[in-house]
Amino acid sequence: MTKQYEFPSKGLPYLLVLPQMAVVFVFFFWPAAQAVYQSFFVQDPFGFSLIFVGFENYTKLFADPAYWDSFGVSTVFALSVAFSSMFIALFLAVQANRKMRFSSFYKTMLIWPYAVATMVAGVLWLFMFNPNVGVIAWFLAKVLGIKWNHLLDSGQALLLVSIAASWKQIAYNFVFFLAGLQAVPATLVEAAAIDGAGPGKRFWAIIFPLLSPTTFYLLVMNLVYGFFETFPIIHQVTAGGPGTSTNVLVYKVWRDGVINLDLGSSAAQSVVLMILVIGLTVVQFRFIERKVNY
Amino acid sequence: MTEHSKMRRFLPHLFLGLAMVVIIFPIWLVFVASTRTSAEILSAPMPVVPGSHIIENYGRAFFEGAKNLGASAFTMMKNSFIMAMGIAVGKIVVSLLAAFAIVFFDFRLRKFCFWAIFITLMLPVEVRIMPTYKVISDLGMLNSYWGLILPMIVSATAVFLFRQFFMSVPREIAEASQIDGASPMAFFAEILVPMTRTPIAAMFVIQFIYGWNQYLWPLLITTKEKYYTLLIGINRMLSGADVQIEWQIVMATVLLAMIPPVIVVAVMQKQFVTGMTDTEK
Repeated sequence: MTKQYEFPSKGLPYLLVLPQMAVVFVFFFWPAAQAVYQSFFVQDPFGFSLIFVGFENYTKLFADPAYWDSFGVSTVFALSVAFSSMFIALFLAVQANRKMRFSSFYKTMLIWPYAVATMVAGVLWLFMFNPNVGVIAWFLAKVLGIKWNHLLDSGQALLLVSIAASWKQIAYNFVFFLAGLQAVPATLVEAAAIDGAGPGKRFWAIIFPLLSPTTFYLLVMNLVYGFFETFPIIHQVTAGGPGTSTNVLVYKVWRDGVINLDLGSSAAQSVVLMILVIGLTVVQFRFIERKVNY
Repeated sequence: MTEHSKMRRFLPHLFLGLAMVVIIFPIWLVFVASTRTSAEILSAPMPVVPGSHIIENYGRAFFEGAKNLGASAFTMMKNSFIMAMGIAVGKIVVSLLAAFAIVFFDFRLRKFCFWAIFITLMLPVEVRIMPTYKVISDLGMLNSYWGLILPMIVSATAVFLFRQFFMSVPREIAEASQIDGASPMAFFAEILVPMTRTPIAAMFVIQFIYGWNQYLWPLLITTKEKYYTLLIGINRMLSGADVQIEWQIVMATVLLAMIPPVIVVAVMQKQFVTGMTDTEK
């Protein structure tokens, strides 16, 4: 490859990246550094004194069953949201990706819930399942004889937040799967059909493998969503409860920092989460770059 | 294709129709509740057809807000709008400049800048809330629009998208403009940015929705009603015992909070879809 033309200016590029670098440093690196720094101290809630404790916040954190419990809840939650919303989205994308009546109507309707805020998704499902006013809670109790109260039943609480989080995420996954399906060459699929492969075989042997880059990308994005971006649903629907049954990691960081004012532990938790996300970003980025350079 | 039985043609409609119901039903209920009185909503089972209090409810939500809130949907909508526009426009401008520098110039710290920016690619604000809160509080930006907007324009998605696009622009154009005596900035403003229209539109849709739908950050830094966004107002109205909640006002506000981003997606669906899937490529 020949070297690309580049502008010869020396100072200008620094001026151009300055605003971006300024926000990145002030609102990412500085807070991140502070989190790391603070995670080595314990501070009284009023901020009068700081005592250096080394790795004690971390050792305490990893020795705390509540933290591992939160890790477990987050993992179950994130995995079930990722798998159910990806599975449903792929299924619907396959259905919508054919020549038929109303197909553009269906597509539009499946795309726009992306615009609904995560928090609003929480409110919508909360309203249907509210034990006092919820239509579905009423239906479950009166018609099916199932007593619904997610404020008391931990299984129901986790189920409700998972449904709300998946409902919102289907649109995002649908957009990507549909784009992926449209990129599958029709000739390949037709050739397989002529060779006698049925629809199921065609999907699993040809279409699904061709979608694997999309699937991998979505898996990482959905895990990031499930682990970190679902705070609004937890906060609005269950507040981490009942007990600690929906106390996911980001909710715990918030609760320990804002409500319990345990800043050292909250900082240590933030550092662990940042390392997790940055790890996922690097994996994702290497993958994307490799694909681009084909 | 190969199979033509009636059943095979009907099934997709059945599945997709079912999906429509699951998408529409929750929103329909919100609409119904926003046209009813508190008493009607609290009488189990709640009615599932609209009532007659639509004007009264939306009027109250828009101009007064619920009794336990102290902020009208008008104020909150204004705040959500300022935040969403600030984030969308701010991020696009800052990212265009940064991507321009990284792609079109050779400078010593290029690699360093690149990684410093890209490490934040997927970093949600949720994982860095407490330290960022402290920074904003040290800068005196609690309860301000700057505080709501600035920390949200960090992530690198827009730089990433513009960088991808810029790399596909033929370099001969840049070289030619240089030979013609145009400055790099003239090339940027008169040639490059107009060429980037489509990705810019796509980014605008994505970032506007991202900004409008922010929750945790405004929850942390807005304690004055004057700066509440719609989502914060909804949360505040819902905190309290079930019987005291004015569901009809809450639901009217929920609908008002959903309409603008849904309209943006509906109007710019094509740009939005290409924008989303291009970040992946």
